Amino acid sequence: MSRQRILPLLAVAVLAASFSVNFVHADDDSEQGSRAKYSGENRGKPLQPKQSNSLFQQECSSCHLAYAPGLLPAASWRKIMAGLDKHFGSDASLDARDNKEITDFLVKHSSNRWSAATAPLRITESAWFKRKHDAHEIDPAVWNNPQVKSPANCAACHPQAERGNFNDDDIKIPK
Amino acid sequence: MISIIHAAGLALIISASMLAQTAYAETPDEILASIQKEASGTPGFQGLSAARGEIFFKGRHGNDWSCASCHTDNPAATGKHAKTGKIIQALAPSANAERFTNPKKVDKWFKRNCNDVLDRVCTAQEKGDVLSYLLTLKK
Repeated sequence: MSRQRILPLLAVAVLAASFSVNFVHADDDSEQGSRAKYSGENRGKPLQPKQSNSLFQQECSSCHLAYAPGLLPAASWRKIMAGLDKHFGSDASLDARDNKEITDFLVKHSSNRWSAATAPLRITESAWFKRKHDAHEIDPAVWNNPQVKSPANCAACHPQAERGNFNDDDIKIPK
Repeated sequence: MISIIHAAGLALIISASMLAQTAYAETPDEILASIQKEASGTPGFQGLSAARGEIFFKGRHGNDWSCASCHTDNPAATGKHAKTGKIIQALAPSANAERFTNPKKVDKWFKRNCNDVLDRVCTAQEKGDVLSYLLTLKK
């Protein structure tokens, strides 16, 4: 093959490679070969099953938003549900039967894209959360807004968080 | 055939009415009576007091929180969770008919909230005093 014929081929190959890189950036939910996205600490897809659980909704939303099960891996939910008597400084204990029903629901619908061996107790400690809420994405001043109050207060900026909808298009950052 | 349908319909109506009953299994007065019964069996029982209940409700007990931290100084009004900011519906039965009608729920929340506010479970006397106080509140 002559040099003149190789050059255009090379150009095509480089172009194709750059397209595929762009594609990966656009859809940050895709896995990149053996290197898992967010060091393996990725939320699930879907975040919320079509069929929710009324006991989960009722109990978990008494004090805070009922965080969607796909936000954490199964091991996190097991730990959280085993320590409800000291739940982030509050007693949120349930009787054994209710605890089991809710644990089973959370574990069954936990993140299906979490490959790391980690199991944080806080959603805000996961790699995907940190990346999606870092200073490149959000002006740090937003966190000081009293209407936001805390990073645990998803609904401050994600009005449909209760339904497991955190789409970029639906974000409304309070002024 | 018709009688089978009738029977099925009747069964549905009966089970529906039973369901409606379980939603409000007891009245706040019945729950107060059972707490009073338990309290009266403890040494030094002096009867239940709404005035003592009010002091207990609004006061701190060694921790940062009082009952009023979330339920506010007016438990007939809407409250707000001191940490998460989540709205808490009114606690006084006069303002919220659902309150103190389900013994399981009453036990669950007394256990949790007493642990948060006092670092221990409440005595039957304390629970009875608080409920007596809540029952004196008008909407």
